[in-house]
Amino acid sequence: MSPRTTRATHNPPGDTSPASRPHKGGVPGTTGSPDAPDASGGSGPTTAPHAGRAPRAGHRRGDGRWGWLFVSPMVLVLGLFLVLPILMALWVSLLHWDGQSNPFSGQAEFAGLDNYRSLLTQDGLDRTLFATSLRNTAYYVLLTVPLQTALALMLALVVNQRMLRGRSALRTVFFFPSVTSSIAVSTVFLFLFQGSGAVNTMLSWIGIKGPNWFADSRGVLSLLLGALGLVDPDHPTGVLAAHSFMGLSWYQWLSGPSVAMCTLILLAVWTTSGTFMLIFLAALQDIPRELEESAAIEGVNRFQMLRYVTLPALRPVLFLVLTLGLISTWQVFDQVYVMGQGAPGNTTLTPAFLSYSSAFDDADFGQGAAIAFVLLALILCMTALQRWALRERNAGPGRTR
Amino acid sequence: MTTRTAAAILTCAALLAATGCSSNFGSGSKTKQDTGSRQKLTVLIATSGDAETNSVKEAAAAYAKQSGNSVTVEVAKDMNQQLAQSFAGHKPPDVFYVNSDQFANYAKAGSLYAYGDRIKDADDFSAQLRSSFSYDGKLVCLPKDTSTLALAVNTDLWKKAGLTENDYPTTWADLKAVAGKLTKGGVTGLVTTNEYQRLGVFMKQAGGWVTNPDQSKMTSDSPQNAEGLGFVQSLLKSGALKYAQQVDTSWGGEALGKGKAAMTIEGNWLSGAMKLDYPNVKYKMVELPAGPSGKGTLAFSTCWGVAAESAHRTAAVDLVKYLSSAKQQLTFADTFGVMPSRTSTLDTYARQEPDAKAWVDSAAYAQGPVTIAGFDKVLSQFNTDLQTLSTTDPKTILAALQRNGEQALTKGN
Repeated sequence: MSPRTTRATHNPPGDTSPASRPHKGGVPGTTGSPDAPDASGGSGPTTAPHAGRAPRAGHRRGDGRWGWLFVSPMVLVLGLFLVLPILMALWVSLLHWDGQSNPFSGQAEFAGLDNYRSLLTQDGLDRTLFATSLRNTAYYVLLTVPLQTALALMLALVVNQRMLRGRSALRTVFFFPSVTSSIAVSTVFLFLFQGSGAVNTMLSWIGIKGPNWFADSRGVLSLLLGALGLVDPDHPTGVLAAHSFMGLSWYQWLSGPSVAMCTLILLAVWTTSGTFMLIFLAALQDIPRELEESAAIEGVNRFQMLRYVTLPALRPVLFLVLTLGLISTWQVFDQVYVMGQGAPGNTTLTPAFLSYSSAFDDADFGQGAAIAFVLLALILCMTALQRWALRERNAGPGRTR
Repeated sequence: MTTRTAAAILTCAALLAATGCSSNFGSGSKTKQDTGSRQKLTVLIATSGDAETNSVKEAAAAYAKQSGNSVTVEVAKDMNQQLAQSFAGHKPPDVFYVNSDQFANYAKAGSLYAYGDRIKDADDFSAQLRSSFSYDGKLVCLPKDTSTLALAVNTDLWKKAGLTENDYPTTWADLKAVAGKLTKGGVTGLVTTNEYQRLGVFMKQAGGWVTNPDQSKMTSDSPQNAEGLGFVQSLLKSGALKYAQQVDTSWGGEALGKGKAAMTIEGNWLSGAMKLDYPNVKYKMVELPAGPSGKGTLAFSTCWGVAAESAHRTAAVDLVKYLSSAKQQLTFADTFGVMPSRTSTLDTYARQEPDAKAWVDSAAYAQGPVTIAGFDKVLSQFNTDLQTLSTTDPKTILAALQRNGEQALTKGN
């Protein structure tokens, strides 16, 4: 390598515009000049090329080349197995493709936005099913994400107590559901929540007659309203039944998650909280002790400590957990596949499962791909929204950073 | 910046070229046929259990010995997905089971080799099933076997309720009366699953059906269908009929075996399941009662598909001929309880299995499955709606089916 290797190490790795260095008093960039640290500060265009510059620029470009060479295996793998399939799927979502020919040869009929139209604007079975799956998943996300985050945070706070005995045993126990196969857990839940299963037997001890969980398609909100005498769940009337959006009546949109869906929510909260507990725990142990000690000297109580010291320090991790939770809940598939494939009454149908079934059961791969892309757009919007809601607010005197 | 963009574009282009060249997406040309004397055939089956797997493997081995070809039998975990992937990858198995609900999708896409005209005695197969497995007027594949629905009666519960052999229901009124008598304690008179594949018998008995005979038009919103489902609704409301899930079982056979149902409507697979899971439960099969327009039941089948892209079509058809021969069908019937799809073999089968007489007799008036491309979701939506039959007007459910079916028909053509 050239003798300037030592210089190169001063440059921030992100700086790849070697020609944009400002000229300092006409000193050409020669060996050993001490101006290296501010190299990234400039942005002015190159004026006249200096005699001593050319080899330097060439050298930096060489660095870039080496960089590309080193990352190329990963870029290739990501491109081949991630970016390319996504682009191919995007193309397929614009076709009426039955999976039997080459979708890139023009044999499959080009449909334009037909697949998206039948999902979003055209009245029909496709739209009704898609709207139903969106409603189900919206309730699923709305309940699962806050519950699992709160439970995980609580568990993490508990097992982070230095005074607690048997901490590591408890950590293992709480983490256990996360490392168990979701298929196995789903199957166990199927047995637990049978009409005459363990859960209903336990409920009967305290005099409650439990529902037939997985066969119950009634929405819990509509049951609640029915119990209050506001609506008749079997024969809804009035404004809610008269208006509809995307093929579902307002009443159907607002009837809440079905009893069957609630068991899925319970399952998801139980299995995922362990993983998120671990993430919270790592962050909790990263909070400097001095911070807590100085807060203690100020005389805060435990709640204030949590509210003003611990939670603000956990903000980035909270963002991570919420994002991961949001994405995985919108994509829920395997529990649905095992526990009823949309039954009862399509109330556990989710977009991910609908995408699978329209592709493989109805040989309509274009439709399946279109559902996947609508779901992708939805997740991106949700994540952006959540990022905005959890953004760093500069004001606020209580901030510790 | 520009060099980086250029590099990225170049990488993408290279990747596209790489997959484009290496992929097996064919150009749509006809597959070159293998003419060698020793051909290698692959068979993909979706099995009901070890008995079926072993039986098909034995039959394939016997064929291999006789013909000199070699045959590999593979068992699919998820038949629809595996077949769809193999078709898309242009490496389908030579011979495979085709489920009736997927038949039209595959036939429409041209994945199936229509070998019906190469079968000389095709007329021997049941006419209903042949029309179910025909596409564009051509018989595409041969039904490998058949099953029909009949009424299973738990004889002990029957006697306990004070009923005799003369009381086996022959009309809807009889059925309603005995189901009511049998319903008491933890026993429900009639238990079945909430699918059109069971409840459809009542539509048929009332003289209706989902489509017209050649499956070109929806006839779901007919008054006959409404009458059939109306009868089911009246049974549901009286409590004499319950869906299997309501009594904590997954299907009628389980309800019958566990003594939760005195009667159920099931097909030939029931005998194998009862022998295996509930060997001590005594039951008798009788024909379903007749409705206002006579007897009616449903027939189910799977056919032996031969891939259009197989390089061994002649040998594959030869193998299918062997597997669907009268002798082989009787062996299958004996080992895993299916019914032969050849009408000429049914008598022999009835003698061989006297307990299956009700199913054999039902074959004469059975309705074959609906085989229209893209209909899977329409019919599963119908099944979903049938869950709420006890509180929903049958006409509403049937109107939804009519509308969804018509949309799928226009989209498919």
